[in-house]
Amino acid sequence: MSLLEVNNLKKYFKVPAGVNHAVDGISFTIDKGETLGVVGESGCGKSTLGRTIIHLQEATDGQICLNGEDITHVKGKDLKRVREKMQIVFQDPYSSLNSRFRIETTIEEPLKNSGRFKNKKELKQEAARLMNLVGIDERLRQSYPHELDGGRRQRVGIARALALNPEFIVCDEPVSALDVSIQAQVLNLLMDIQEQTGTAYMFVTHDLSVVRHISNNILVMYLGQMVEKAPTEELFEHTLHPYTKALLSAIPSTDIDHPMQRVQLKGEITSPINPAPGCRFAARCPYATEACREPQKPIEVSKGHFVSCCRVNEIN
Amino acid sequence: MKKEKKEKKVSLFAETLARIWENGGARVGTVLFLLIVIVCVFAPIVAPYGPNDMDLTAMYKGPSLKHLFGTDGMGRDQLSRILYGGRYSLALGLCAAIVGSGVGAFIGSFAGYFGGKTETLIMRLMDIWSSLPSMLLCILISATLGAGFTNTVIALAVGNVPTGVRLIRGQILSERSKEYLEAAESINCSKSTIMFKHMLPNVISPIIVDMTMGIGMNITMAAALSYIGLGVQPPTPEWGAMLADARTHILNYPYLIMFPGIIIALTVLSINLIGDGLRDAMDPKLRK
Repeated sequence: MSLLEVNNLKKYFKVPAGVNHAVDGISFTIDKGETLGVVGESGCGKSTLGRTIIHLQEATDGQICLNGEDITHVKGKDLKRVREKMQIVFQDPYSSLNSRFRIETTIEEPLKNSGRFKNKKELKQEAARLMNLVGIDERLRQSYPHELDGGRRQRVGIARALALNPEFIVCDEPVSALDVSIQAQVLNLLMDIQEQTGTAYMFVTHDLSVVRHISNNILVMYLGQMVEKAPTEELFEHTLHPYTKALLSAIPSTDIDHPMQRVQLKGEITSPINPAPGCRFAARCPYATEACREPQKPIEVSKGHFVSCCRVNEIN
Repeated sequence: MKKEKKEKKVSLFAETLARIWENGGARVGTVLFLLIVIVCVFAPIVAPYGPNDMDLTAMYKGPSLKHLFGTDGMGRDQLSRILYGGRYSLALGLCAAIVGSGVGAFIGSFAGYFGGKTETLIMRLMDIWSSLPSMLLCILISATLGAGFTNTVIALAVGNVPTGVRLIRGQILSERSKEYLEAAESINCSKSTIMFKHMLPNVISPIIVDMTMGIGMNITMAAALSYIGLGVQPPTPEWGAMLADARTHILNYPYLIMFPGIIIALTVLSINLIGDGLRDAMDPKLRK
């Protein structure tokens, strides 16, 4: 049984112009200690997917199961219990910390809310352990977020997420707001923590080199739908979907003998509001035919490698 | 990092107070303001004469040891009148600022929280409201409702509402989208914790500062109202009314207008100093 199972998850937003299909039928599973990388361009719904799973937004349709228990529409006490098992690390370490709370207060808050710590000493000890775990010096306990640099703030965010020993953490672009040198530190920290605690991650990002470094499996999204899903190396070695190909070709190459072969996409990204049925990428796809106007089913081409493209065998 | 060795956690309130104290200007302001408030509150003990005691043998006497601030046309001791008058002026300023900013904050939080049509309606109303000169509005309301303490408070408070509305709405809009609120939700904070522990401290400080600054402005406005005869009615002493009474003698007996004027200026100055200090003290980013 997988730790987290997401079936045909949908999240629609009503907007004045119609219905925004932000997440439209995404399915995947994550096992204990695994990392699923979710990639896609800005606005493709990858953050919404993470937030919906973590119950910051209610799912429109579909099913989310944690340890086999359907948690799609949990409320009240059950929701509290579920949230102790699922946490989130936010993108922006500046706005995700309350600027009026000391570091200590921020880290202790989830501990207090859990009600597991009756006396203050234990609470302090646990906070100290967490700070130690994420590598923040204890002397910064009494500091305010603005006194810390971006990397340290993100460590505080990670400590807060780790506070209740969650089984699953959504990392919503946790390093994209950081310097490249600090990105590596934070990524390594996340990987170390995973090794120690066996936490599963859903790693949302648009940075493909990061996702290759950290993920076991990768899910590529385009306009709220899954385009391709495969184990990391399989995806990079046998890229099948035309969109994934274009996406991966954008990774800068450091090999002089094999310069980048950019696949240039033509046209604009289509609107996620009231989209036409069928492949959403069809409007920009060089291989699109009439068959692409029909709704697409993910096809399993090899073990664990799914592609949502009806012409996958013809074009590869 | 100078607070490093201090492991004991001080409350936010105590810390804010301590930081106001650290600020030189605010410290002067606080001392001055407290002094004024104390002598006004204890006017019956402190004042050498009653506010309306007339001494017809000592009219228009300049400052002397017997009458420190001199006497007016009816032989009333100016110092005593200023001390008793301060009770009205300060109370007016304080009440009007609290009522005005409070009502403003309440309406503004509706606008900020609900958004959409409610917000548009409220904000356009505020536009109309604030397009009327506040002095004119104040005179209008005061003249309609009549004189008296409560009515004057209402008249003064009305002018403070639009600023309060704008301030809190802007604050809520800018805070509402921040991720720390979602983070609080994800770590199981209750709705009230999110509202009062996370959101309120982040939106409240400009309102408190606005309120403090408003006290000074309202004292001057109250003085102005009394000056044209719409505020507190004679013979009740009030700073603005004293100015108004003295204006005809400005050339012959300048001390009559000087002392109430100085006291008003000092009070407003001290309150503005406190307001400035408070704004700095409540922002952790300005912590040294």
